[in-house]
Amino acid sequence: MSIAPRKPPLQFALRLKRALGGKAGWNGLAAQIAFAAILAWIAYEIVANARANLETQHIASGFGFLNYNAGFDVNQSLIAYNNSDTYWRVFFVGLLNTILVSVIGIVFATVIGFIVALCRLSPNLLLSRIGGIYVEIIRNLPVLFQILFWYLAVLAALPAPRQSISIFNTFFLNNRGLVVPQPVTEPGLYPFIAALAVGIALALGLRRYARRALFQRGQMIRIWPYVLGCLVGLPLVSMLMFGGPLKFELPQLKGFNFAGGARIIPEFVALTVALSTYTGAFIAEIVRAGVMSVHKGQMEAGSSLGLSRAATLRLIVVPQAMRVIVPPLTSQYLNLTKNSSLAVAIGYPDLVSVFAGTAVSQTGQAIEIIAMTMGVYLLLSLTTSALMSVYGWRINRSMAA
Amino acid sequence: MTDISAPSFVRQDLVAERAAPAKTTGFIGFLRMRLLNSPGNILLTILGLLLAWYIVIPAIKFLLVDAIWTGKDRTACLADKAGHEVGACWPYIQAKLTQLIYGFYPEAQRWRVNLTYGLGAALLLPLLMPRLPAKGLNSGLFFFAFPVVAFFLLHGGGIAGFGVSWTAGLLQLFEQSIGGAGDLLVNLSKSSALGPLPWVLGKLLVLVGLLIHWLIFPLTWLRDQLQLSSVPVWGDFLLTAVIVSAVLFVLGGGLRTGGRALIGSLLTFAGIAAGIKLMGLDRGGFPIVDTRLWGGLLVTLVIAITGIVASMPIGIALALGRRSTIPLIRIFSIAFIEFWRGVPLITVLFFATYMLPLFVPGNFAVDGLLRALIGVAIFTGAYMAEVIRGGLAAVARGQAEAASALGLSWWKTTSLIVLPQALRYVIPGIVNSFISLFKDTSLVSIVALFDLLGSLRASFSDPNWSTPTTAFTGFAFAGMIYFVFCFGMSRYSLFVENRLNAHRRH
Repeated sequence: MSIAPRKPPLQFALRLKRALGGKAGWNGLAAQIAFAAILAWIAYEIVANARANLETQHIASGFGFLNYNAGFDVNQSLIAYNNSDTYWRVFFVGLLNTILVSVIGIVFATVIGFIVALCRLSPNLLLSRIGGIYVEIIRNLPVLFQILFWYLAVLAALPAPRQSISIFNTFFLNNRGLVVPQPVTEPGLYPFIAALAVGIALALGLRRYARRALFQRGQMIRIWPYVLGCLVGLPLVSMLMFGGPLKFELPQLKGFNFAGGARIIPEFVALTVALSTYTGAFIAEIVRAGVMSVHKGQMEAGSSLGLSRAATLRLIVVPQAMRVIVPPLTSQYLNLTKNSSLAVAIGYPDLVSVFAGTAVSQTGQAIEIIAMTMGVYLLLSLTTSALMSVYGWRINRSMAA
Repeated sequence: MTDISAPSFVRQDLVAERAAPAKTTGFIGFLRMRLLNSPGNILLTILGLLLAWYIVIPAIKFLLVDAIWTGKDRTACLADKAGHEVGACWPYIQAKLTQLIYGFYPEAQRWRVNLTYGLGAALLLPLLMPRLPAKGLNSGLFFFAFPVVAFFLLHGGGIAGFGVSWTAGLLQLFEQSIGGAGDLLVNLSKSSALGPLPWVLGKLLVLVGLLIHWLIFPLTWLRDQLQLSSVPVWGDFLLTAVIVSAVLFVLGGGLRTGGRALIGSLLTFAGIAAGIKLMGLDRGGFPIVDTRLWGGLLVTLVIAITGIVASMPIGIALALGRRSTIPLIRIFSIAFIEFWRGVPLITVLFFATYMLPLFVPGNFAVDGLLRALIGVAIFTGAYMAEVIRGGLAAVARGQAEAASALGLSWWKTTSLIVLPQALRYVIPGIVNSFISLFKDTSLVSIVALFDLLGSLRASFSDPNWSTPTTAFTGFAFAGMIYFVFCFGMSRYSLFVENRLNAHRRH
């Protein structure tokens, strides 16, 4: 006669308790109910007060105002805009300007950051000290201070258009901004883009084929001449056949101002310079920490395997440093995007400046407009952090394997 | 067989001396090793020297050599008057110094600001030195007593009541709000399709409101009696002191062990009484200085200190909430933290300036500075929560387990075992968020408050001092202030970090 194992006690009540109140059990449930009651009370107070206040100020809540005419001008816009367009249009103009300054700022910040990091890591004492001083000074001054410094002090001190500072006679810097050659599209543009796209696709395919050959058959294929041919040759052929893609119209001084060329407004110049130098200092520290986090033994192991210094760097050091660098680097990119909202201080027409600034003071729809503005930034940072957690998960998986 | 006696080769003369190895010590050796050890490096050194030359020399020339040191107005700083190229215009800073430090704070009352600065420094410096004793008392004074004292010193005004009146007022507000919500639901039920549910709920809320009304009746009655008496503040104060001390005495363990709690409470109340008496709060206190008159460094420091003091409890609560296992509290904490961390500070300040006034009852005017302070506190609190969460995660699990094995409750485990260790781990992190908070205070100049940067910007528009170098001079001066504060704090954070990691040093 065998003794049947006793069934475990019924877990249902325990599970329910755990699900409802966590480790604290029924006390936790009680705490939750009290907490929910307080939240509900606060929410009720907010809604009731807001409704009463809006009524006394005669403001109709809702998003209907977005279809009204904005009636103000914006001094830089990537899409066609005039003052009889709607607030929706204003929203997109601001959003595009934010994206523009962020993307350009990110590119420059990355370049500055890597250069300064290389300086700081250099064995040359003088260079590493200069890099260190740059990082310390820039990081210890507020970013708004730097934006205002570039805008109110440096750019305002530049000469008038007639005495512009000329750079190779193509770029002109004066107190009304930076005048650059304007690209004009030519009929050869579309074939050029198509050729470039085909070239990129071919190069990627080649790389994939070569990697597969290396991993499966151990066969090394030299692909770089073909890749170069695809990336440079194909567009060149298209240029020969259909003509150049773009023509640059050079600015020329006529009277008191420039004719031809495109003028970049000084607000944009100040904002880009300040944001990219500021974020560049932080990126430099991130890159330096990333490179220093790779153990010295890794480099030595690489050279003991007979790899050249460049190959050791490319195959061993950089991939390991990138793991440390990428997550904080992304958060710096995000910070730069968020800091671009400081444009409102100097009047660069970004999202916060034209939408949460001018539009709020014109319509008084503070709740809707500020909620929309916050929503844009929130969406951006939540997406970024979601992508970063996927990245972290993949890194962890590859480290465990 | 070799003949060992055969003379082997013996060198007759000395080997010629080799040249001494390149010197690697001393100044010359140092130059050779670190600056000039390869052609590439020599090139880099020359490049670096050129860079330094073109930045350092003009900077020194601007700040010191060509600078104008004395003068009455802008004419002193013009090139044709000075007779040479003009650098920094320091008389401009001298003329604007009070505005940059105090804003438009009335001149006769500025001693109050200086006294607050002095008090703050006297409390903060001992707190920062790890060697000095009594950290508990010191941090209590700095984080709780100092903000209150500073408020009455800087803003002025007195108090009309004390604990009893405040509690009664707060509870009355709560009761009215609940009653109002109930009435609203009852009214709604007349036109609603939901049937009797809102009516029942509304009646229930009204009933709860009534219950609270009767529960707090003794308190409100007491308050009314106190207000009628000749010394409302002191009567209220005495009553509060007696009630609070008695409660602490009983909670502390009664006759057996409650003595300590009683003495502590009495001493605290004695301190509060001394503060009230010294500042004359019962007789109206100091003349009120409207916050619109505040400005310059004063506003910068007020926002930074308030932000850090207010963000600590918010951050601790949110960090504990995020680690809690109670679902609703955890979800709320995560949502709250991620929301405020996901938006730029300037939109938070816009939120506080434009939206917050809509959320409070219409008869309740929120001061402009207070609005910014609320925004900054929430924003920094969310960041602080993540810093503190890191510290909580760094405390070994065994600590909390040992505490539960001893039978300590969750509150005791957290407040006596886990939090003190966690906070010690994150001191560098807290200092770092203080640095970014200090830098971020400059953003309030966008919402029409005149902090250091705002005052500086305002001073540029003074036609009396408009010269080509005014802006550069102003930025150089304000930059030095910001730099000294931030750099000092970052060095301090490094110092604490080294101290904490002393056991890991090789």
